[in-house]
Amino acid sequence: MSIRLEHLNYIYSPGTAYEKHALKDINLTIPQGEFVGIIGHTGSGKSTLIQHLNGLIRASSGKIYYNEKDIYQEGYHMKELRSEVGLVFQYPEHQLFEVDVMTDVCFGPKNQGLSPEECKERALEALKLVGLKEKYYNASPFELSGGQKRRAAIAGVLAVKPKVLVLDEPTAGLDPRGRDDILEQIACLHKETDMTVILVSHSMEDIARFADRIIVMNNGEVMYNDEPKKVFAHFRELEEVGLAAPQVTYIMYDLKERGLLVNEDVTTVEEAADEIMRVLETRK
Amino acid sequence: MNMIQTEKLIFEYEKRDEEGNVIGTSRAIDEVDIDVKEGQFIAILGHNGSGKSTLAKHMNAILVPTEGTIWVDGRDTKEPQELWNVRQSAGMVFQNPDNQIIGTVVEEDVGFGPENLGVPTDEIWQRVEDSLKAVGMIAYRHHSPNKLSGGQKQRVAIAGVVAMEPKCIVLDEPTAMLDPVGRKEVLKTVKKLREKKKVTVILITHYMEEVIDADKIYVMDHGHVVMQGTPREIFSRVDELKSYRLDVPQVTLLADELRRRGLSVPEGILRKEELVEYLCQLD
Repeated sequence: MSIRLEHLNYIYSPGTAYEKHALKDINLTIPQGEFVGIIGHTGSGKSTLIQHLNGLIRASSGKIYYNEKDIYQEGYHMKELRSEVGLVFQYPEHQLFEVDVMTDVCFGPKNQGLSPEECKERALEALKLVGLKEKYYNASPFELSGGQKRRAAIAGVLAVKPKVLVLDEPTAGLDPRGRDDILEQIACLHKETDMTVILVSHSMEDIARFADRIIVMNNGEVMYNDEPKKVFAHFRELEEVGLAAPQVTYIMYDLKERGLLVNEDVTTVEEAADEIMRVLETRK
Repeated sequence: MNMIQTEKLIFEYEKRDEEGNVIGTSRAIDEVDIDVKEGQFIAILGHNGSGKSTLAKHMNAILVPTEGTIWVDGRDTKEPQELWNVRQSAGMVFQNPDNQIIGTVVEEDVGFGPENLGVPTDEIWQRVEDSLKAVGMIAYRHHSPNKLSGGQKQRVAIAGVVAMEPKCIVLDEPTAMLDPVGRKEVLKTVKKLREKKKVTVILITHYMEEVIDADKIYVMDHGHVVMQGTPREIFSRVDELKSYRLDVPQVTLLADELRRRGLSVPEGILRKEELVEYLCQLD
């Protein structure tokens, strides 16, 4: 169970003045159950890349294998792929369209051909997973706050029971608590269900907290593909391509420069506190 | 004189049924009193739905109070004849740059505002040039906005506001959609405008580290101002902020975490330099 991309290229509007080589020779393997972070400056190709994963965009050349099956082969069930790889777009709440939250979340399972009872069961489960309170199930999506709408929209994708969940900046514009809630619920879901999670984000702090591995995109190419510590050690290179490291990583580098011999490959607040205490105690 | 002042400002949204009849009201802002002096840098924090954007929309009369009063540069926004003066005093920049740019060429877009104000042509070009220089985008004046990065587009949107020569700029989550360097570019631009043009700045954001240089922070919750003070005062109250669904900068969080583990780190650390300095003098 995995997603494998081989020599993937995508060119927008080929043969016109707007031609743009958006993805260049991408080679990646994402095993089932991994939590992958994708970062990159605006226009680096992140969103184009993830739209290939469930066949929304067809590559100009190269191959995508889902569970070792070539998705571009004739006769491949694209519909099946789409129910296994769920995509949550940026600002997904703009896609809520039904009269109430429950009906909206049922839309996906209904299209999979499930019975109304099964749809409702799936919807209830999904709504619970995203932590939306029961009193909102019959409310119009427009009566919800930004964070609640976002949860309802994510529930709509989860109700399809995807094996791979792809999220494009799911926390943009949310307040800090809403951001933490949604990410923690996704992390929890990932732990409990062995679902693959692919998270696109501009928040280096969030990516550092949750991802097992980070893919850095730059001008349509994969620049780094490694564990967070190793990627953020390249913070100078990251800054040159519109990115950064989490603030704690910078603090650790500064401490080391000033002679406090901490391990600088730290990417979260807890790790940083542990490391600083360890070094201070050995000095006593 | 106060650039912006509110007195018991109340704003209520009307709830309507399917036929459009009013079935009730919901109070988005509830007796808010704030004052912003000329040249100040003010930050407004608050969770989604706390009323901060509704408040911001009062600052250039997109909304007018249901009760109470807001004065912008001394003008009561409820007076219809003051509308254009209010809008010229306070310019707004929104979250999504793509919704704010209308020109097909950068300099045309920036010239749109002053043109609407009836500024003479020669002066429009002068203002376009000055404001693009102020945001560091003069090299792109003949470019199409479509081809710019998010941070660059947002700087063009800011230039468009600057070209109207407002005394005050209100930015409603201007960095929410940007990558880290885009965020830095926008903040640097705002800082420069404050220093060079003495513009009053009101910044609404969910990124706590963006407001550490503010003169004053207002925290909103359920339409009320629930905390106000300097960044150091506000960010010393970590637990209280969290109860309002907010956060503190990562360095403040680390300082707090170290304090919980027994170090006597001073409260209200805002910059990484401060923490590094403290830790290095320990031995």
